[in-house]
Amino acid sequence: MSADTGINSPGRAQVGLKTARTDKWWLAPLRIGVILGFFVVYATIRIFMNKWYWVNDYHYLTPLYSPCINEGCSPGSSHLGTWFPKFPVFIPYSIITFAVLAGFRGTCYYYRKAGYRSLFFAPAACAVPEPHKSYTGERKFPLIALNLHRYFFYGALVFGILNVYDGVLAFHGKDGGFGFGLGTLIIWINLVMLWLYTLSCHACRHIVGGRLKNFSKHPLRYRYWTFVSKLNPKHGTFAMASLFTVILTDFYIMALSAGWFSDLRFFN
Amino acid sequence: MTYKGKFRVWRGDAEGGDLQDYEVEVNEGEVVLDVIHRLQATQAPDMAVRWNCKAGKCGSCSAEINGMPKLMCMCRMNTFDEDEVVTVTPMRTFPVIRDLVTDVSYNYTKAREVKAFTPPADLKPGEYRMQQVDVERSQEFRKCIECFLCQNTCHVIRDHEENKESFSGPRFLMRIAELDMHPLDAADRQHQAQDDHGLGFCNITKCCTEVCPEHIKITDNALIPMKERVADRKYDPIVWLGNKIRRRA
Amino acid sequence: MTELERHTYDVVVIGAGGAGLRAAIEAREQGKRTAIVCKSLFGKAHTVMAEGGCAAAMGNANSNDNWQVHYRDTMRGGKFLNNWRMAELHAQEAPDRVWELETYGALFDRTPDGRISQRNFGGHSYPRLAHVGDRTGLELIRTLQQKIVSLQQEDFEATGDYEANLKVYAECTVTELLKDGDAISGAFGYWRESGRFILFDAPAVILATGGVGKSFKVTSNSWEYTGDGHALAMRAGATLINMEFIQFHPTGMVWPPSVKGILVTESVRGDGGVLKNSEGKRFMFEYVPDVFRAQYAETEEEADRWYKDADNNRRPPELLPRDEVARAINSEVKAGRGTPHGGVFLDVSSRLPAEEIKRRLPSMHHQFKELADVDITAEPMEVGPTCHYVMGGVEVEPDTASSVVPGLFAAGEVAGGMHGSNRLGGNSLSDLLVFGRRAGMGAALYVDSLAERPKIAEADIDAAAADALAPFELEGGENPYTIHQELQQSMNDLVGIIRKEEEMEQALGRLSEFRGRIAKMTVEGHRQFNPGWHLALDLRNMLTVSECVAKAALLRQESRGGHTRDDFPGMNAEWRKKLLVCGLNADGSVNVDEKQQIPMREDLLELFEVDELKKYLTEEELPA
Repeated sequence: MSADTGINSPGRAQVGLKTARTDKWWLAPLRIGVILGFFVVYATIRIFMNKWYWVNDYHYLTPLYSPCINEGCSPGSSHLGTWFPKFPVFIPYSIITFAVLAGFRGTCYYYRKAGYRSLFFAPAACAVPEPHKSYTGERKFPLIALNLHRYFFYGALVFGILNVYDGVLAFHGKDGGFGFGLGTLIIWINLVMLWLYTLSCHACRHIVGGRLKNFSKHPLRYRYWTFVSKLNPKHGTFAMASLFTVILTDFYIMALSAGWFSDLRFFN
Repeated sequence: MTYKGKFRVWRGDAEGGDLQDYEVEVNEGEVVLDVIHRLQATQAPDMAVRWNCKAGKCGSCSAEINGMPKLMCMCRMNTFDEDEVVTVTPMRTFPVIRDLVTDVSYNYTKAREVKAFTPPADLKPGEYRMQQVDVERSQEFRKCIECFLCQNTCHVIRDHEENKESFSGPRFLMRIAELDMHPLDAADRQHQAQDDHGLGFCNITKCCTEVCPEHIKITDNALIPMKERVADRKYDPIVWLGNKIRRRA
Repeated sequence: MTELERHTYDVVVIGAGGAGLRAAIEAREQGKRTAIVCKSLFGKAHTVMAEGGCAAAMGNANSNDNWQVHYRDTMRGGKFLNNWRMAELHAQEAPDRVWELETYGALFDRTPDGRISQRNFGGHSYPRLAHVGDRTGLELIRTLQQKIVSLQQEDFEATGDYEANLKVYAECTVTELLKDGDAISGAFGYWRESGRFILFDAPAVILATGGVGKSFKVTSNSWEYTGDGHALAMRAGATLINMEFIQFHPTGMVWPPSVKGILVTESVRGDGGVLKNSEGKRFMFEYVPDVFRAQYAETEEEADRWYKDADNNRRPPELLPRDEVARAINSEVKAGRGTPHGGVFLDVSSRLPAEEIKRRLPSMHHQFKELADVDITAEPMEVGPTCHYVMGGVEVEPDTASSVVPGLFAAGEVAGGMHGSNRLGGNSLSDLLVFGRRAGMGAALYVDSLAERPKIAEADIDAAAADALAPFELEGGENPYTIHQELQQSMNDLVGIIRKEEEMEQALGRLSEFRGRIAKMTVEGHRQFNPGWHLALDLRNMLTVSECVAKAALLRQESRGGHTRDDFPGMNAEWRKKLLVCGLNADGSVNVDEKQQIPMREDLLELFEVDELKKYLTEEELPA
């Protein structure tokens, strides 16, 4: 920050301290920053692997690769069929999935807060000066595109349904009939978290009823809105929790697929 | 339970000033404002401080305590250790007048620029009918006591003086949301919010919500819903296309 | 010549609480250039502290309600000492004033059919208080503030200047009213921020400065309540009435010490809260006075039934008028049945589910949680009486709010008469609106009637400036904070809830001693935002007002409403006919004269049963 703007602007109290905060205000943004950084690195590596996303014995498909729709996909994993020829090696099989889901999270109001605070220090914490010379917010390209969050929400809904389909398929035993194991359980925990995250979304809250001026004329939509409004305050918690469960699910399936260890089976 | 508390209070005016150290008696059950008053009565009779109700209802005694924007009357002394130095400074987003008193006229200027409630033309006094569920959202925002702590903590203006011109701050964007959600208000608030009051500056980092002494969910309930309403009107390509086609037809 | 900035207006309103803002709105709508001058920031006035609601007989909650019932309740609450014309106008016009607020954008809580919801309150026969949770005062002040903004926006459209016809001078204190002959010619004051002087040249001044609570130690009032308007009016030659009547709100916080006095809204009791002593007994049943015996429940069972079925049961005695409840609490504490911190218990936690308490009393829940670390959904509150409201004030003409000084008007708490000897909860907010508007109209009419604007004499300006700077002149005198604390202590101890002749005489002795000390006190520092100086100037007003209270209280030899004499415990119908009128002598001392009340108009008298009137009126006043 330059010497004569922000809290150093002429006329304001010249306190001399950048911040008088005595608590560990840097801890929360640091922690979130590390988590986000880890996820970005992990996800980048994972999507370029183009392998270890499918466990054929139990029909486990990692959500990072669902749906797999090119001819390079492992046999059995492309249950929506193959729509494209085999992707060249430098294109991730999950490019569409990833674009939509990363887009959903990237434009999400919670992740925006987390990212601005942890990665851009704008601001890192309340009443702590940010290091930037100027600030224009979300008014200009590219950040103005964040207003498209609702479309990513629609997309996330579609992928959420696909994931449920994957989850049902994951009740698959080695002998071809019904079965379930720890992997199935992890997949379903992840599904619950993903849906809580998706439904508690601010755009969702707006679409189901928030946009109305008079709730009393739309009792059903008011009920939807009330339901989403109950979830919404925990949107941040669901966002981080689902991030963990996605990584966990993906890692577990990767490990099974790579044969690092085998699934704990409860039934068949 | 009485002890000598260590205080550092910023004394000065627009020309300059510094943090001055005081040792002052602190009694059980007191808040920071009590201690500041004791300083006034015993050691610094000309220490300027703005206050009024002493019960967290008027929003006058806003300041920064250990760097966090707070109401001095709502900051209990038992939240500090007895040997902890408590630093009290004026709000650092507004020009200082003297000591802990700042010039908050920015807020009144912005308040005046928000188009007033526009009542429906056909209703006379006494004929207003509104359902409780329809007024509740706006009622939450009307709990605002205008302490301006949200304005003070918002980095858009705290860290960038030049944005004061085009950004009205969380308090008044919330006021626009309040009017937009008022069941009988008849004005267009969405364009106003984005074009005249700088809603687009907000990057929802939520410090306004964090410091609100009334615990109003400014970001989740006012600013983000308002951003979504603006998106409806300005940024949704399907809505845009729909409007275009409708206008053609 | 004194250096100062000068402004010319048609109407100057002093005070930006509910009454001041409503008056300014009216004056501006009548086409008058209007200034609002207030000691605090715009929108911080003490009106925000009003919690329960605004009484208006709209009949939304109970269709039996109408202005006559409201009128009767108001007169009973004030023990028939009220100015009946004011009570009549108030009861008749309050509903219109509330509905008007909705057109300004107010959002009251609603009934199921979408109208304004109304709640029960002490002394009101029906649910009557329009409210927003328990932050009604804030809603009112914000609504009026936003209406002012909307008028300024209209002016901006027309002239390009927001402040062309209506301007707020915030953090500005008026120290003197100026006159040309008998009539008001302007007001003199200073900017708190810079200490610089400011002069308003205006033929009409509306006082809306609120009350006098800061003369007492335990008070719900903020620092602004230093009786400025009362003292300004007296110095300008106007008279005050009913100054002996001070309302002690029965339920102020008693712990922790820093918030002692801060109000606990009556809605806690209206919504089911009960008062208990340290023995766990609901003691209010013991304290129902004879005049109210018929309207109040005698058993806990009946009282509890009332919350569900108000038509067929009598009210719980916790909802007696405020003076009765305050005295009862005082007696319990004196009898040794008080709480550890010298109050009684107010319990709502055992009466309503936690969620319901949070919904109905959000700001009380918040206030106790944040200020006292007490969760009112889980434990009882400790409460005791706190100085809350002065019924007395400037003697005004009911229809126009005009004082005896031409050009000087008063509305709201600073005006006297409306509430008689005791104000009902909820009648304050409606009073502000009804008489704020009337003062605005009265001032506008007065300005129109003038053939010539009164002029300000330069010598008066110099004198006002010299008075304001006097505390800087002396060295080695006392600190104003010390004198203020002693004044508050004296008033609290000697002219408090229960009064005795010798104590009040003692108080008058101390007050004259304070007069000498105040003349010699010293203020350190310079004029720029100097709280010591501000207090020194306010202290003079508090002294004048305290003298009025003590002298009038000493003269009135009966107990009535907000005036309880240990040595004269009963109500006396002869005294009901008399008003005590305070004025200022040439030497600055206070004189008090008796004045006969104007008898109530016959049609209003007929609204009461003769049996009831017998409790208040003398034999010859009763209708034939």
